Amino acid sequence: MKLSKRIFAGLATASLAVTVTACGGSDSSGNFDDTVTVGILHSLSGTMAISESTLVDTEKMAIEEINAAGGVTVDGKSYKIEYIVEDGASDWPTFAEKSKKLIDQDGVPVVFGGWTSASRKAMLPVYESKDAFLYYPIQYEAQECSNNIFYTGATPNQQSEPATDFMYKRSPAAGGDFFLVGSDYVFPRTSNTITKAQVKQLGGKVVGEDYLPLGNTEVAPIISKIKVALPDGGIIVNTLNGDQNVAFFKQIQDAGITPSNGYYVMNYSIAEEEISTIGPEFLEGHYGAWNYMMSIDTPASKQFAKNFKKRWGSDRVVADPQESAYNMVYLWKQAVEDAGTFDDNAVREALVGQTFDAPQGPVEVMANHHLSQTVRIGEINAEGGFTILEETGVVEPQAWNQKHPSSKGYACDWTDPKKGEKYRM
Amino acid sequence: MQLFLESLFNGVAIGSVLLVAALGLAIVFGLMGVINLAHGELMMLGAYSTYITQLIFKQVSFLKPFYDSYVIVAIGIAFLVSGTVGVLLERTVIRRLYGSPLETLLATWGVSLILQQFVRSVPLAYASGLVVALFLGLFSPLFISDYLLSGAKGKLIRACTWGFSALVGVATGGILSSLVSKLSRASARNVDVTAPSWMRGGIDFVGITFPKTRLLIILITVISVLVVIFFLDKTAWGMRIRAVTQNRPMSDCLGISTETVDIITFGIGSGLAGVAGVAVSLLGSVGPNVGGNYIVGCFMVVVLGGVGNLLGTILASFSIGIMTDLIGAGRLLTIWPDMPSPIASTIDFFATTSMARVMIFALIVIFLQFRPTGMFPQKGRMVES
Repeated sequence: MKLSKRIFAGLATASLAVTVTACGGSDSSGNFDDTVTVGILHSLSGTMAISESTLVDTEKMAIEEINAAGGVTVDGKSYKIEYIVEDGASDWPTFAEKSKKLIDQDGVPVVFGGWTSASRKAMLPVYESKDAFLYYPIQYEAQECSNNIFYTGATPNQQSEPATDFMYKRSPAAGGDFFLVGSDYVFPRTSNTITKAQVKQLGGKVVGEDYLPLGNTEVAPIISKIKVALPDGGIIVNTLNGDQNVAFFKQIQDAGITPSNGYYVMNYSIAEEEISTIGPEFLEGHYGAWNYMMSIDTPASKQFAKNFKKRWGSDRVVADPQESAYNMVYLWKQAVEDAGTFDDNAVREALVGQTFDAPQGPVEVMANHHLSQTVRIGEINAEGGFTILEETGVVEPQAWNQKHPSSKGYACDWTDPKKGEKYRM
Repeated sequence: MQLFLESLFNGVAIGSVLLVAALGLAIVFGLMGVINLAHGELMMLGAYSTYITQLIFKQVSFLKPFYDSYVIVAIGIAFLVSGTVGVLLERTVIRRLYGSPLETLLATWGVSLILQQFVRSVPLAYASGLVVALFLGLFSPLFISDYLLSGAKGKLIRACTWGFSALVGVATGGILSSLVSKLSRASARNVDVTAPSWMRGGIDFVGITFPKTRLLIILITVISVLVVIFFLDKTAWGMRIRAVTQNRPMSDCLGISTETVDIITFGIGSGLAGVAGVAVSLLGSVGPNVGGNYIVGCFMVVVLGGVGNLLGTILASFSIGIMTDLIGAGRLLTIWPDMPSPIASTIDFFATTSMARVMIFALIVIFLQFRPTGMFPQKGRMVES
C-alpha cells in the first residue's frame, strides 16, 4: 500500500514536471498575451481513422504555423492557439456527444471536425441548438446550408458537374454512355441523382447504376452489369468509399474493364492518399476531380506539400481534404482578427467575404457559408499522382444544387435575414 | 448459352469465396458446435500472412526469383499462422467453455476485437515473431519424447522449449523489422496484396472473360474441399473426429483422446480460415476489418446447408452465389426481356447489389421457416443434443 502510494506520488511529480517543462517550452517560443483553445474533432480510431487522422495532422500544422507567425491578434492582444483533440471514433453519435463536451465543458469558440456526411448530420443539431460553430472540410453532396456550419470542401457543382461535363465532351470516351457505381449511402446517391440530371441535359444516356452496401467487397454482380450495359466501353462514374475501391479496381482490371478497352472511370473519392493504397497500377489512365491536387505547379502548393512532409515525414502526401482543412483554420483566424472578438456571431459575419491565398489558388467565403474555389480534372499517372488536364476558373458554390430536382431554383444566403437557409431565387 | 455460362461462372466464383470462407467454420461450428465469432479474424490473419509473405519475397534477395510463386507459399504459411492462433484460442478460451454456447459466443467475439486491435497497434514484424514463438512453443513438445517430458524434469524441459521459442520469436521479429521497413511500424492503414503478373488479367474463352484470380480462388476452394473430405473420410484422425462428433462420451470410453481431437479439429478449422484469408486478399484490400465482412455470410452458409454437413455447406454456398448473380445483375430480365411489366419492374428493383442481398437474406429466412435444420439436417441420435 505504502509502496504503491509512493509510486503514484512519484508518477504525479514526474508528470507535473513534464507539464511544467512543456509549458515553459512553449512560452519561450514567442510572447503571447493570452491563449485561446479551439476544438479538433475527427475519428482517431475505427474505420475512418486512416482518413481523418490526416486532417488532424494538417490542422495541427496550420495552428503551429499561425502560432509561429505571432498567433491571433484580437483587439491589440496576441493570442496563442491551443487545441483539444477529441476522438469521434468513427461513430456518429460520438461526434455529437464530443461536440457537446467541447462546447459546454471546454468552452471552445470553434470546432474543426467531421468527415462523413453521417457525422456532420449527427453534429448539426448540436451546433444549431447551442448556436456554436463547426468548420467542416470535406467535399460532400450539399443540399444543406446551416447557419452554424462553414463548409470548406467542394459542393457537387464544384466537383462532379465539371467532371461529368469533361467526361461527356472532352474525354477519350466522349459521347459514350454512363454507368454509375457507388457505396450505398447519402453522398453517392445524391451525387448520382445530380449526375443523371446533368447527363440528360447534355443529351447523353445513363445505362445503369448500382450501389454496394458499405463494407461489402463482392463486386462481381456489378461487373457483369457493367459489361452488359456497356459492351463496348464507356464512362463509369465511381463514388465508392475507401476499401471498396481496392476490390473494385482489382476486379475490373481482371475483367477487362480498362482504359485500353475503352472504359474510363471518373472518381470523386480517390485522392493521392487513396491512390497509394489502391496501387497506381490499377488506376493509371482513369480520372479524378478535385479542387486541390498535389501536382499543382505553384509555389504555394509546393510549399504546402513541403511543409507537411517536413512536419510529418517525407513519405506523407497531401490531398484535397487536407488542403480544405488547412484553409479553414486560416479563414477562421482571419475572420476572428477582422471581427476583433472570438464571439460566434461577430465572427460569422466577418467570415463571409474573407479571401485566402490557398495552396489551390484564391478562395473566398460566400454568403451561403461555402467556398468559391477552382476545379481541376486530372488523369491518374503511374507515379501515383494526377496529371492535371483541365482547370476551371473560380466556381461559386451552390449549397442547393441546381440540377437536383428537389432543390432546383433555391439558394442560401445568411447575410440577408430575409433569405436565410433556403429561399427561391 | 454464353449468358448461361457467364452467369454460372460468376455464381460459382462468388460461391467459392463463400465456400472457402465457410469451410473452416463448417468444421468448427458444424462438427464441434463451437460458435466461433473470431473466425473472420482468423481469416484476416491469413490475409495479413499473404501480405507479409509478399513483402518478404520482394525484399529478400535469394527469394526474389521465386516472387511469382509467393501466393502458393502464402497458402501454407497462412494455414500455419491461423492454425496456431486457433490452437492457442482453443487451449486458452474455448476449452473452458464447451457446452455453453452463449458464453463461447461472447468470448470469441471479445477475441475477435482483441485480434483486430492487435494488428492495428502491433508492428507486423513483431506480430509475426509472436506467432512464430507460439508455433514453436505449442508444437515443439510433440517432437520431444514422452520420457523427457514426464516428471519434474519434464516441467523444466517444457519451460526450456518455451524460452527457446521466445528467443526465436524475438529474433524473427527483429530480423523482419530490419529487413522490411514497412513491417517495423504499427499502422491501422489497410494494406494491399498485389497478385503476381501471371495472375492478373483474364482468359478469354467463348467470348467470356474469366478473371484469373477468380479461377485461382475456385481452384484453391476445390482443393481445400477435396483435402478436407479426404481427411475426414479416409484417415484415422478423421474417423476419430467423426466419432467424437457423433458421441463424445462413448468415444472417450473407447480410448480416443477427445482433448487431442478437439485441438486437431479446431486447428484445422482455423487453418482453413487462413487459406480463405489468402483468397480474400486477392480480391480486395487487407485491413483489420476484412474478416468482419465475411462472418455473417459464413454462418448463413453453414446454417442454410445444415449444421454438420459438408455437402450442405458446398451446395448452400453455390446456391447463394448463383442467386446473388441472378438477382443482383438482373439476369432474368436479359433472359426474358418482354416479361409482364409488373414483374419486370420488381426484378429491376432488386437488381442492385444492396437489394439482392436483402432479397437473398429474406429467401433464406423463409427457407429456414420450413426447414429449420437447413438443406441437409443431421440424422440419427445425437447424444449431446
